[in-house]
Amino acid sequence: MPGATEGRASERTGGSTAIRVENLSKTFDTAAVLHDFSLDVRAGELLALLGPSGSGKTTLLRIIAGLDFPDDGRIVFGAEDATRLPVQQRAVGFVFQHYALFKHMSVAENIAYGLNARKRSERPAKAEIKRRVGDLLDLIKLSGFADRYPSQLSGGQRQRIALARALAVEPRVLLLDEPFGALDAQVRKDLRRWLREIHDRTGQTTIFVTHDQDEALELSDRVAVLDKGRLEQVGTPDEVQEAPVSATVLKFLGDTIEVEAIAQGGEVRVDGRLTPVRAPGGLVGPVKLYARPWQLQFAEGDGAHLQGLVRSSYRTQGRQRIEVDRPEGKTVVVEAADTHRFAAGSPVGLRITGGHVFPN
Amino acid sequence: MSETFAPATLAEARPASVVTEGLWVRGLLIAVAILFLALFLVLPLVTVFAQALAKGFGAYLAAFTEADAHAAIRLTLLTAAIAVPFNLVFGIMASWAIAKFEFWGKNLLVTLIDLPFSVSPVVSGLIYVLVFGAQGLLGPWLLAHDLQVIFAVPGIVLATIFVTFPFVARQLIPLMQEQGTAEEEAALTLGASGWHAFRTVTLPNIRWGLLYSVLLCNARAMGEFGAVSVVSGHIRGLTNTLPLHVEILYNEYNFVAAFAVASLLAGLALVTLLVKSLLEWRYADEIKAGARGH
Ligand SMILES: Nc1ncnc2c1ncn2[C@@H]1O[C@H](COP(=O)(O)OP(=O)(O)O)[C@@H](O)[C@H]1O
Ligand SMILES: [Mg+2]
Repeated sequence: MPGATEGRASERTGGSTAIRVENLSKTFDTAAVLHDFSLDVRAGELLALLGPSGSGKTTLLRIIAGLDFPDDGRIVFGAEDATRLPVQQRAVGFVFQHYALFKHMSVAENIAYGLNARKRSERPAKAEIKRRVGDLLDLIKLSGFADRYPSQLSGGQRQRIALARALAVEPRVLLLDEPFGALDAQVRKDLRRWLREIHDRTGQTTIFVTHDQDEALELSDRVAVLDKGRLEQVGTPDEVQEAPVSATVLKFLGDTIEVEAIAQGGEVRVDGRLTPVRAPGGLVGPVKLYARPWQLQFAEGDGAHLQGLVRSSYRTQGRQRIEVDRPEGKTVVVEAADTHRFAAGSPVGLRITGGHVFPN
Repeated sequence: MSETFAPATLAEARPASVVTEGLWVRGLLIAVAILFLALFLVLPLVTVFAQALAKGFGAYLAAFTEADAHAAIRLTLLTAAIAVPFNLVFGIMASWAIAKFEFWGKNLLVTLIDLPFSVSPVVSGLIYVLVFGAQGLLGPWLLAHDLQVIFAVPGIVLATIFVTFPFVARQLIPLMQEQGTAEEEAALTLGASGWHAFRTVTLPNIRWGLLYSVLLCNARAMGEFGAVSVVSGHIRGLTNTLPLHVEILYNEYNFVAAFAVASLLAGLALVTLLVKSLLEWRYADEIKAGARGH
């Protein structure tokens, strides 16, 4: 879907580097959490940090914010080395997973906190602060809520207040740590779209942590995939989906089916039968082929690469997903049009129509 | 159809319930509890006020016009006025450090904070005598500099600080631990200095728990007997606090005066109890985290 990224901020701004993370290492006690981690964040982009739980996303975000300090490596903001800069001077907006709103302050006081915390000489006048709070409340569509307290708001509303509070100080980068992680599915979807809108309107450089691949792919200009404290791949949502650099990235971006295959001369065969999947040059011998559920089709006779017995099937949003037990014991999930139902136990053949191969 | 069940029917309808004891068992238990409370708590309290007023209101008031009584009240107030703020500041600092940071020796510090609660106050007093007394560790040095700690006001203040040491810290540590550091971190990212974040975020979040612990700390500071008794030397008009003054009067068979002064302490206890109950009722959430730590 080439049109999907049209007009996104990174393309508008031409992509000068706003934040450079250089060779960052961090160890807690004895456990290494980040290994020689490097990443460039472009001005104006919305970058998603995607990785499984425990992969070091929060740690990276906290080091960028100045809430934690690296053992090794540098954080550079624009041209300024910020590695040892205290958090107050970094001008970052941080949004926490559990909101971290000030319980004893009203919504307006929460949003104004950063402005009121400034030295008298740099603090805007009362009327100016009030105006800014009003503007931000409009932006997050909670105009009537200035005098409420956090305990009187829903989770989604609290997170919007937290975002407004972070935006109030006009940060050079907005850091969001799983901002929708504590919300239920429908609210998450609404807020996702809303965050995208806000980003398009403000052009604020934003790093967004999530372990939800759909969220990352839908929302971001670029996705950085982390695993065990290392950067696996960074690219646009299309790039990481079409050309994942490793099985880890591929598996993390969605459901996959793993099949033993043989590569030779760029061709990939499963069970002796040729597949349309191409192997990169130099990859020869036994390999693993990874396909998405929709890259398998039901087929008969010689057209099929795999055989199996239907275990069960269920419908989801106009499609159906069928679990097929393969003879060697593995179960694969196939996605197909919801036209023909398969009875449990019936034998089926599966044809591979696409996928990626990686060394064993 | 009647919607109101008699208690008996209700009990029959839910035979598995644990509260199915007969009415008389419940009645007996409640009666025993009330009798026990009356005997051991209310009766002594009433006796204090009854004895104090035994020879009329005039005699009661006379107990306070005495110069020694004045001195005892002044010393008690002075001691509390030093010990409570000291423990307030120390308690906040210690709980802050323990709840919000990881550092070497943290467990040891937590254990040390508890020490005054597990040591008999008399032993605490003796330790001070051994350290600061004329024959004590620092005795010669203090003597050389003409400083008197034991059998003087500094000793009383030190002993009081020691025994009331844990109140604030023990209340605040669990409270702060429960609240975590997210709000403070949010304040810092918004540009607040550490001190500003402490004043505007941490302190408001602990204020009721803090008030509660200060109240208990104050009650103990004014009422402490054992440790103070050891270091005081019982010099009338100089090193007598209210509890010590009560003892002296009592030993002199001056019952009216003894109970009159004691009624002050009893009154303090009642006020403390009242405010404590009010706080517990109104700010249960903020206090219970700390109470669990006791
Ligand atoms: N303050 C800390 N002390 C010790 N270990 C930590 C600390 N913070 C994070 N870790 C460890 O670092 C690893 C990465 O954590 P984190 O950055 O929170 O991952 P993520 O946000 O991707 O889930 C985890 O194994 C976690 O247990
Ligand atoms: Mg995390």
